Amino acid sequence: MKALVAVKRVVDYNVKVRVKADKTGVELANVKMAINPFCEIAVEEAVRLKEKGIVTEIVVVSVGPKEAQEQIRTAMALGADRGILVETAEEIQPLAVAKLLKKICDAEQPQLVILGKQAIDGDNNQTGQMLAALAGYAQGTFAAVLKVEGGKAVVTREIDGGAQTVELNLPAVVTTDLRLNEPRYAALPNIMKAKKKPLDVKTPADFGVDVTPRIKTLKVEPPAERSAGIKVKTVEELVAKLKNEAKVI
Amino acid sequence: MAVLVYAEHDNASLKGATLNTVAAAKAIGGDVHVLVAGSNCQAAAQAAAQIAGVSKVLVADNAAYANQLAENVSLLVAELGKGYSHILAAATTTGKNFAPRAAALLDVGQISEITKVISADTFERPIYAGNAIATVQSSDSIKVITVRATGFDAVAATGGSAAVEAVGSATDAGTSKFVSEELAKSDRPELTAAKIVVSGGRGMGNGDNFKILYSLADKLGAAVGASRAAVDAGFVPNDMQVGQTGKIVAPQLYVAVGISGAIQHLAGMKDSKVIVAINKDEEAPIFSVADYGLVGDLFDIVPQLEKLV
Repeated sequence: MKALVAVKRVVDYNVKVRVKADKTGVELANVKMAINPFCEIAVEEAVRLKEKGIVTEIVVVSVGPKEAQEQIRTAMALGADRGILVETAEEIQPLAVAKLLKKICDAEQPQLVILGKQAIDGDNNQTGQMLAALAGYAQGTFAAVLKVEGGKAVVTREIDGGAQTVELNLPAVVTTDLRLNEPRYAALPNIMKAKKKPLDVKTPADFGVDVTPRIKTLKVEPPAERSAGIKVKTVEELVAKLKNEAKVI
Repeated sequence: MAVLVYAEHDNASLKGATLNTVAAAKAIGGDVHVLVAGSNCQAAAQAAAQIAGVSKVLVADNAAYANQLAENVSLLVAELGKGYSHILAAATTTGKNFAPRAAALLDVGQISEITKVISADTFERPIYAGNAIATVQSSDSIKVITVRATGFDAVAATGGSAAVEAVGSATDAGTSKFVSEELAKSDRPELTAAKIVVSGGRGMGNGDNFKILYSLADKLGAAVGASRAAVDAGFVPNDMQVGQTGKIVAPQLYVAVGISGAIQHLAGMKDSKVIVAINKDEEAPIFSVADYGLVGDLFDIVPQLEKLV
């Protein structure tokens, strides 16, 4: 079966982001960018399914700027077979990404679509669910275990308070949680080979999708600073402070 | 204008996050209606009717909603939601699962994890793991929103007397099936609702050592949390994880034991009223957000602390 994996180019998770002085967003110039960590897990899961002989082809898709080709190449170096970039310089929100992915699903007919559960920039946690809704597919969000057997996907999901297992008809959308797997590193020969794999570049207009943002960002500010605390010397002092000063115990 | 709040419940009782979500609905303004979708969920519906400030409770009692499968619940919410200006759900795993799906069915965007209502169409929400706060304005006719419970004070669970009304026939999408559920059992307060949270990190060394935190927590009436490092190392189950990818807590007192304080962890707890850090590394980033820091060996400090509180 064919698997489609969506990846997003985001600020590297180790970077401590800074809000721009004009409050229009965060500083992205000259900041290290990478594949969103949850998307890396999605790629890894697709590659593992291919290694097990369940998936025959992995198509990796990204919606974003021209530079997102780097992240598609990274996914190819990890094992994806070909790539599609929907190139746009505009801000693009989950609903629009979901609509573009739906069009790509219509054309590619994957049996399994794997996305990360959320991107660490917008922290939205929406795109997979929205794609599943638009395509009429079942969804297995926050997946910690994924098995494909007997024409179904069996997904164990991380939920508040524990875990839940659901069985999904295929085609289905699965979004990855941290514990689904540990992504591998790309080996140098594979990075070289990835450069030769096919990568189609499209635009939102090619799919006839209106990507105008529905939600406008009016301003972005740094969070309120916590006032500096103190270091205490002993446990007695700590308990006294908590009882008398902070009055929390 | 009326606001529809999706109730979080286990059929028998409401989950606390529903009360915080109703608080957000009241901040938006207009009538507040609560939807209780479940199976044999009359008790939860009765509890919803008593929430202060709720004017109507809609009950969809059907086997299709027994396990809150997103495929079925989103169809119901999208159908009922057409008559509302806002649809709100708590930003729990249930809310995050179905709300974007319902929004897409309505062809509207979704606003995730709001922490503040500025006006009926403008909200604040954290982005980049809480390192920036965005003020966003929605131009959609129906606003589908998930609410971060820690951003809103819960409304009173009693004092209301809303009318309870059953809603029409259920749709089963038939694309997914519930197989099983495994819930971690705990007598301690729920992590996201606890007034005091004691959390352990990699510094705990192993799962057995968490016993000293459980013991301290029981003395304080606290919930026990963990950093991702502690969960990944297999010390504790993952539903104890506090952070960007785990639970968001804002208790009165947060005690971080053997936790370095990575950005990802801070995103889940830095709105706590008082933060205490216990760590042997005095350079650990956790000390930059802690109100009270104690540098030392947690295996000495925690038992002493338990004796003194």
